[in-house]
Amino acid sequence: MRFLPAGDLAVCVELGEEISVEVNTRVRALEFLIQQKGLTGVLEMVPAYSSLLVYYDPRAVAYEPLCAAIAELAPQATTAVLPPARTVELPCCYDDPALGFELEAAARRLGLSTDELVRLHAGAEYLVYFIGFTPGLPYMTGMPARIDIPRLDTPRTKTPPGSVGIGGIQCCIYSVESPGGFWILGRTPVALYAPDASEPTLLRPGDRVRFRRIDRAEFDAISAAVAARTYRPVIA
Amino acid sequence: MIRILDPGPQTTVQDLGRTGQMRYGIPPSGPVDRVAFVLANRLVGNPDTAAALECTLLGPRFEVDAPGAIAVTGADMPVTVNGREASRWATINVKPGDVVKLGAARAGVRSYVAVSGGLDVPLVLGSRSTYLRGRLGGVEGRALRKGDELRVFAAGDVRPRRVEPRAIPDYAGVAPVRVVLGPQADRFTGDGIRALLEGPYQVLPQSDRMGARLSGPRVEHARGHDIISDGIALGSIQVPGDGQPIVLLVDRQSTGGYTKVATVCSCDVGRVGQARPGQSLRFHSIDVVEAHRLRHESDAVLGAAVREEIA
Repeated sequence: MRFLPAGDLAVCVELGEEISVEVNTRVRALEFLIQQKGLTGVLEMVPAYSSLLVYYDPRAVAYEPLCAAIAELAPQATTAVLPPARTVELPCCYDDPALGFELEAAARRLGLSTDELVRLHAGAEYLVYFIGFTPGLPYMTGMPARIDIPRLDTPRTKTPPGSVGIGGIQCCIYSVESPGGFWILGRTPVALYAPDASEPTLLRPGDRVRFRRIDRAEFDAISAAVAARTYRPVIA
Repeated sequence: MIRILDPGPQTTVQDLGRTGQMRYGIPPSGPVDRVAFVLANRLVGNPDTAAALECTLLGPRFEVDAPGAIAVTGADMPVTVNGREASRWATINVKPGDVVKLGAARAGVRSYVAVSGGLDVPLVLGSRSTYLRGRLGGVEGRALRKGDELRVFAAGDVRPRRVEPRAIPDYAGVAPVRVVLGPQADRFTGDGIRALLEGPYQVLPQSDRMGARLSGPRVEHARGHDIISDGIALGSIQVPGDGQPIVLLVDRQSTGGYTKVATVCSCDVGRVGQARPGQSLRFHSIDVVEAHRLRHESDAVLGAAVREEIA
């Protein structure tokens, strides 16, 4: 574990230097423990793959004592302390090239049929390592190794919200229109970020995500329900 | 209520910002120049957390419909009330029908207009701050438009106050910007770090509330510019592959995958956000203990900055 100063209001607690479920679980468990213990001076935390950024109030706690208090909690930061994970089901339409506009190219690159790629992608369960970059955007892994694919050589400048993409061992869902380097296989009609809702973001760090394959007609029906605010995502 | 007659290029409602939402990818927002914002509120008797306007480069023109007080701080935008010049960094009493106008900034980028009582826009996730990219908070998540009417909370009488001259920031000043090296300073070469600390860097026009983009000596990476994505603190100096630093501000992305060579100290972040395109910045490295000492010092100056005027 390393403590890296991030200015005078935050410290980056690095728990590893790899993207793995094991390291990320310790990151989320450490966040949970610090929250639960109410460590003096801690204002806010941002978990990522392998590190936790801890924002603090320097009037309430100095740097060294804060790091010492975190170091003391770290050994207990294991999966055992975390509350049970939620599982969120996201409908995803892979069947329309207007939505999954890189499905065919990705399948060709991987030497798979589009149907095999969809089956492999939709058949997996994903872990939300953390949320970041744009509001509500999940960084997930859990894909079968067979669909590990390098990111796009030239990132596109605009990716529609809801686009489900893969790159490397990661899967991500764009939450707002933004540039992107992932291969887009399909789109979910569910809003990951809805600024007008009372809870604007849907996913949380540590959530499990499953995709349910839907056709274009169901995509349109759910889109309409989302727009009318009558759609309730399936969360177990 | 205040009625916007002319909004200026980018005027938004801000309070001290959102907390607890970065883990969901939502930045804190709030004022780029926290000290100027807080002083504006104190000049009109508001709590520091009250919502006020942040105006960018060119101020708005608005009409007041109730008696009260306003204050203008931050970038040096000339202020008039009904065409007559009024003082900045001081309480301005206003009456119904008064038209307040802020001109073009002569130094700095962002000015703050506080209204006694504070602006009454809905709380979104605990804050009234506008996050433009996320269309969240403030007035419908957007910059103000002509014809917008902003309600104001009720307030008592305000005794005229003034900011002590020594507490008024010098936005055109050349004092170095203090930074703490890290979190990824070890990902840069010695020459890269020296380049950063020698500078100078010019502020580019593409800068906004998300980040101040700089141009100057290349900050050389030792082994690639990508890291495993991690959280981005206020003032983080991110260096992408081209070696040109970006100082991340209040509307920053919560996490990112570029190396961060250093972090601007909180007492100097406002000054970076107030630097105009073309203005030069130099960086000076200090340690965390010294950065905390400076922060406490700047808090003390802020605490003693506002004086009641003696009649």
